[in-house]
Amino acid sequence: MSLTRSDIDKIAHLARLAICENDIPEYTRNLSNIIHLVEQMNAVDTTGVEPLAHPLDVSQRLREDVITESDQHELFQSNAPLVKDDLYLVPKVIE
Amino acid sequence: MHNKTIAELSAGLSDKQFSSEELARSFLDRIRRLSDQLNSFITITENEAIEAARAADVRIANKELDKAAGMLGIPITHKDIFCTKGVKTSCGSKMLDNFISPYDATVVTKMKSAGAVMLGKTNMDEFAMGSSNETSYYGPVRNPWHLESVPGGSSGGSAATIAARLTAGATGTDTGGSIRQPAALCGTTGMKPTYGRVSRYGMIAFASSLDQAGPMTRTAEDAAIMLNSMAGFDERDSTSADKPVPDYCASLNKSIKGLKIGLPKEYFDEGLDKEVGGCVSAAINEYEKLGATVKEISLPNSHLSVPAYYVVAPAECSSNLSRFDGVRYGYRCDDPKDLEDLYRRSRGEGFGAEVKRRIMIGTYALSAGYYDAYYLKAQQVRRLISNDFKQAFEQVDVIMGPTAPTTAFRIGEKTDDPVTMYLSDIYTIAVNLAGLPGMSVPAGFVNDLPVGLQVIGNYFDESRLLNVTHQYQQVTDWHTRMPAGFE
Repeated sequence: MSLTRSDIDKIAHLARLAICENDIPEYTRNLSNIIHLVEQMNAVDTTGVEPLAHPLDVSQRLREDVITESDQHELFQSNAPLVKDDLYLVPKVIE
Repeated sequence: MHNKTIAELSAGLSDKQFSSEELARSFLDRIRRLSDQLNSFITITENEAIEAARAADVRIANKELDKAAGMLGIPITHKDIFCTKGVKTSCGSKMLDNFISPYDATVVTKMKSAGAVMLGKTNMDEFAMGSSNETSYYGPVRNPWHLESVPGGSSGGSAATIAARLTAGATGTDTGGSIRQPAALCGTTGMKPTYGRVSRYGMIAFASSLDQAGPMTRTAEDAAIMLNSMAGFDERDSTSADKPVPDYCASLNKSIKGLKIGLPKEYFDEGLDKEVGGCVSAAINEYEKLGATVKEISLPNSHLSVPAYYVVAPAECSSNLSRFDGVRYGYRCDDPKDLEDLYRRSRGEGFGAEVKRRIMIGTYALSAGYYDAYYLKAQQVRRLISNDFKQAFEQVDVIMGPTAPTTAFRIGEKTDDPVTMYLSDIYTIAVNLAGLPGMSVPAGFVNDLPVGLQVIGNYFDESRLLNVTHQYQQVTDWHTRMPAGFE
């Protein structure tokens, strides 16, 4: 199937991506072409085939619930765009 | 010094022909003179390199060389996807242009403790999404064999840097061919190990069920030396393989008489450039001379690997890249009017076009109403592709074919058409979907551009791949060729 402009708007919203108005035709065309490529999968019958999520059939490893990391928030927050009193700042959420 | 392999440099350090500091300075001098025309570096870490080289010289003086398994004092580069403490780690993106990593990736820690000397961080496709190194925020990398052509991607900076002899070894990562395809296009050796063999901790995530790090070198022997230091279990990577690491150098010299090679007929169809195919056939003939036997096999679902990959990889990418929110690290837009605007514009302005395309495809494939048709279907096809390989490895020891369908293409040739670009990885992607190890080694030239032979092995059979490719490099000299202008 081909994607429409409203599909692109919806996907961009779900992905929280601002897309320039001028770029929308290109995204519509390119993403439709990729979907056409992907739909070649429909040529094969996969009824009853167990999905493979992970190349090695391993189960999630568990560990003891103990603290293994030290507090390095100052180091980590040195990369943050905006920090005050050890808190990450974002635009006001609650009026 | 620059034309020596890691094995030769290690011997030279041991014999006191030169010090690690001299070696680092010699490579840094070449990088200063020659890397601009390739654009293969994002960051050159000269001070750190000299400091690490001096520390290596102390360890060499203390006779630690034998214990350090070959990387002590050896200059290397890291793909800019690996977190390096105190050093910019951009992943080729504007999003992380200002990111100074607060910690080292496990691969970086392991290479440091082995005594390797980091010269710098190499250019790459943005977030490793690309097959030509043209999606980098820092501009395209050029192929040392032909400066108007691409080096392949996404580890294009690593491959170009090795080919131009600006480093002795390089790290790369391979999600759909990103070590093997640039290795092929630049005439170097590259290995993607079995999924889980090398830790992913601190390697910026693209598609977590496919991503795997590996060595990029001039020779198979060097790849074995580097892999010895890179591989191993890491409790910080939840999918790391808890298996002992063999000495990958131990079996390099074994005879390959009686080796059973499978040639998948699907890898030699009309999609393959005839002259590239000719080089691959000539390489197979060399193997027959070495006593290997050849058998045609079939991987009947090969043609579905690119379609399945372009659901699985974007789906995982859309999830992994949701962490870039303009709040905790990375790019943040100016004057956001509210939280939603902060997310949307930071991501819209911080990511490049190809990354945004893949996030959107992944978001679409995972969205309500489409999950079964795309994501579930792709995982079922992934099972079929994996089963094809399982059946093949019941009959043969290794699978061989081309790494890429053509030699290096021109810069700009495929940038307007993502689907055409995606097909550059048609022979490499299935290996990632199945999680198998694969290598590319130089196997000739077409119109002065390198051709790669791909060798695919069974799970955790890296030793055999390295043995098989090392034996080929004993009877051929394609891997010793140097691009003009970089002698």
